[in-house]
Amino acid sequence: MASVSVPGDAVRGGLLRRPRSTVGFWSWVTTVDHKRIGILYGVTAFLFFLVGGIEALFIRLQLAQPDGRILSPSTYNEFFTMHGLTMIFLVVMPLSAAFFNYLIPLMIGARDVAFPRLNAFSYWLFLFAGLFIYSSFALGGAPNGGWFGYAPLSTVEPGHNMLFYSTGLLMAGIASTVSAVNLAVTIINMRAPGMTMFRMPVFIWMALVVQFLLAFSLPIITVGLFEALFDRRFGTHFFDPAAGGDPVLWQHLFWLFGHPEVYILILPAMGIVSEILPVFARKPLFGYQFVVFSGIAIGFIGFGVWAHHMFATGLGPVANTAFGISTMIIAIPTGVKIFNWLGTIWRGDIRFTTPMLFALGFIAQFVVGGLSGVTHAVVPADYQQTDTYYIVAHFHYVLFAGAIFGLFGGMYYWWPKIFGRILNERVGKIQFWIMAVGANLTFGPMHILGLEGMPRRIQTYTPALGLGMWNLVATIGAFTIAVGVLIFIVNAVASFRRPKDAPADPWDARTLEWTIPSPPPPHNFDEIPVVHALDDFWHRKYAETEEGTLVPVPAGGSGTEPPAGSGHGSGHAIHMPSPSYYPAVAALGFPLIGYGVIFHWWMAVVGAVVVLAGLYGWALEPSAE
Amino acid sequence: MQERMIGPGRGARTVRHPSPKEYIKIAIVLAIVTAGEVGIYYADIPRSALIPILFVFAAIKFVLVVLWYMHLRFDSRTYARFFMLGLAGAITLFLVVLLTFKTFAG
Amino acid sequence: METVQHVYESEHEATSTGLPNTKLAMWIFLASDCLLFGALITTYVLYRGSSLVGPYPKDVFDIPYTSVSSFVLLASSLTMVLALAAIQRGDLGRMRVWLLATAMLGMTFVGGQVYEFTTFYREGLKLSTNLFGTTFYVLTGFHGTHVAIGILMLLSLVAMSFTGKITQRESMTVELVGLYWHFVDIVWIVIFTVVYLIPTGK
Repeated sequence: MASVSVPGDAVRGGLLRRPRSTVGFWSWVTTVDHKRIGILYGVTAFLFFLVGGIEALFIRLQLAQPDGRILSPSTYNEFFTMHGLTMIFLVVMPLSAAFFNYLIPLMIGARDVAFPRLNAFSYWLFLFAGLFIYSSFALGGAPNGGWFGYAPLSTVEPGHNMLFYSTGLLMAGIASTVSAVNLAVTIINMRAPGMTMFRMPVFIWMALVVQFLLAFSLPIITVGLFEALFDRRFGTHFFDPAAGGDPVLWQHLFWLFGHPEVYILILPAMGIVSEILPVFARKPLFGYQFVVFSGIAIGFIGFGVWAHHMFATGLGPVANTAFGISTMIIAIPTGVKIFNWLGTIWRGDIRFTTPMLFALGFIAQFVVGGLSGVTHAVVPADYQQTDTYYIVAHFHYVLFAGAIFGLFGGMYYWWPKIFGRILNERVGKIQFWIMAVGANLTFGPMHILGLEGMPRRIQTYTPALGLGMWNLVATIGAFTIAVGVLIFIVNAVASFRRPKDAPADPWDARTLEWTIPSPPPPHNFDEIPVVHALDDFWHRKYAETEEGTLVPVPAGGSGTEPPAGSGHGSGHAIHMPSPSYYPAVAALGFPLIGYGVIFHWWMAVVGAVVVLAGLYGWALEPSAE
Repeated sequence: MQERMIGPGRGARTVRHPSPKEYIKIAIVLAIVTAGEVGIYYADIPRSALIPILFVFAAIKFVLVVLWYMHLRFDSRTYARFFMLGLAGAITLFLVVLLTFKTFAG
Repeated sequence: METVQHVYESEHEATSTGLPNTKLAMWIFLASDCLLFGALITTYVLYRGSSLVGPYPKDVFDIPYTSVSSFVLLASSLTMVLALAAIQRGDLGRMRVWLLATAMLGMTFVGGQVYEFTTFYREGLKLSTNLFGTTFYVLTGFHGTHVAIGILMLLSLVAMSFTGKITQRESMTVELVGLYWHFVDIVWIVIFTVVYLIPTGK
């Protein structure tokens, strides 16, 4: 059994002594272990999910009846803006990051990511960015210009609200950009011997595409946000029509990011579904290469459709046609995936476990959202749909009934690996059905409301419009979802009351993370595995007879290490990267800069000094001691 | 064939580096091209000819720095591929944006 | 099945591609930075000639002055690459000389920009004056900030070389800073042409 070296005595030199502890609060603050960072992302994202959900419930209460009085117009604007910002930047993206962080090294047979401290930095900056944006509620008002922050409303409306928007998103963007580089390098460069690109799990492929989507789209919105920030703060004229500027430029810059962003939001969930279906159908993923290439195609084409969010801005017939066509084209690789998933479960030996239910629910509901999406691609039809609740229906089907369902599926599937306990199956199924009913009750009627002319982003509506009934149904649906979420919380909390007795491979699964104990030791693998095939673990467990029946391989690899002698020599010490304060310190400087930009310049200087101090400390300390 | 990670001692290929003399030659070319750019700027030629010439000069300098100073000529193709992905992506996307604003019309 | 290529650059860790993690990361980062400058340059080009009031570019630009700046920055790429060549040979002393030269040329460039900005400011061009001021200062300001960060990194390398943290074995670190520095130089090549040399007709 290889010995693992734990950081020894603190080394002198540098402002802060190298942390040593592996238990307790500070060990979490200084951790560079991708598994702990994944858990931090997951817990934080889930808490923001509850906050964003409460915002949604308030919105639904306000809209449940005509002439609602629950939220004033200005508060309503803050709530729907923050709901969108929260769910996109503080929930779905970090939940995906949680899975990426936890699973990427495990699924590729690595001990950690390429840059562990950078990994920690990304988490802390995300957390601080989220707290920073929320602090706006107490500091003059939360962002209120919509999550898409259209100019010139965003640059002209008095108040600090949209300054929190620009600066907060800039911070979150930095966190995601560096994380993207980190994880891309990890996937490309740290795979176990024998794991060629086409032996990687689909989840890893989707993760890789997402990292490039992030790396190439975030810089564009960075520029847009700086330009909006400068328009507000320094009197520039980027989006100022009176000086010759054009607010449509903001829309281009925003959607050049914003469209790849929606694929950033959905591809991880699609990756999760691609992992769950084969396990619970006991069949390999149908058309692995097609699913992989479709994911790559979605990534590429995703950069070519952005102006479909701008059909009503007067781009002209040529641009409208081009983007209408590209938007229809992107439906093709998406459809390919759906058919391959169906092919996976066709004639499979299906177990309807909770993860499987969420994965199947994803497919059904994502198709609904995808179909409405295709209708938006028809430009004249979109003229009617845009800025109505029909669009709201579309994106909630794909993002809530799609991505969030996929992520819940992932939570149920990997919970035993991460926490060493299995979530209760019966409770999980109840949660699934309640959430499925709730989701469809909430967002189904919105198609009708949109086509009946209910605009988006309105605080209330008059009784004469006849929109009350379906709005009420949607509100009931929203509270149904809330019940489902509460059930999940009960299930999760209850699971921690049980002992950590989950086996390494509770689901009889296919990928490498199931070969190590639940939860895994800090160093992940005692021996780095050598991979001989796609779904290598499965092939170590089972062989197929001529009739296609699965027979267990004697002395199979279930829950044990790979055969001795196949990896590096055993008994050598495994050096893991040491914990560090500096990523958190460096991250802490950013909200200070943010407050400085909004309130007092000297704070920005202090923040910059803190960032520099953190970076220097980080650069000068060795990664492992 | 047992595959393994590619690492130290597994058969090194010495990566070729240009000599300082070659670097200086590149620098001289860069200086000459820059001088040419400034010269052309003052020359009395129509705008429609000036712009392509300036772009060609800029491209020459760009390519020289990237291939020699940034070493892409001698390094693994992988680096070049990722860089080209970003560069080509940027050029394409932003040309499309400018086209929708009819920047180049008339 | 993929062929295993028996080549490597990394003196340090074994990787799937044979390429070192840090250099791969730097190239991906530089690729993403292309999108950043692409967006800024696009904004500039979009608004070129659209300012409703002056001063306009031809009123303030001093092409000979700026071309000297361009020479300076290009020269700094030469000194940077000579610094790298030095440390790859193990010549720590020469490396320090060339790194300092690079930093000084960089500081000259930034100083030149600061002087240029203050001159334009005195001639009536502020961020808020018109679209030219808005787009010019922000584009060149972002670039100048990149240069300044590069100078910090160069000076840090020199300092670290005195505490034994930069040796022939760590020449990769110098190479990475060099890649960043050259990138900043090629962005300037584009900016010099697009912003300064291409006439607006106004």
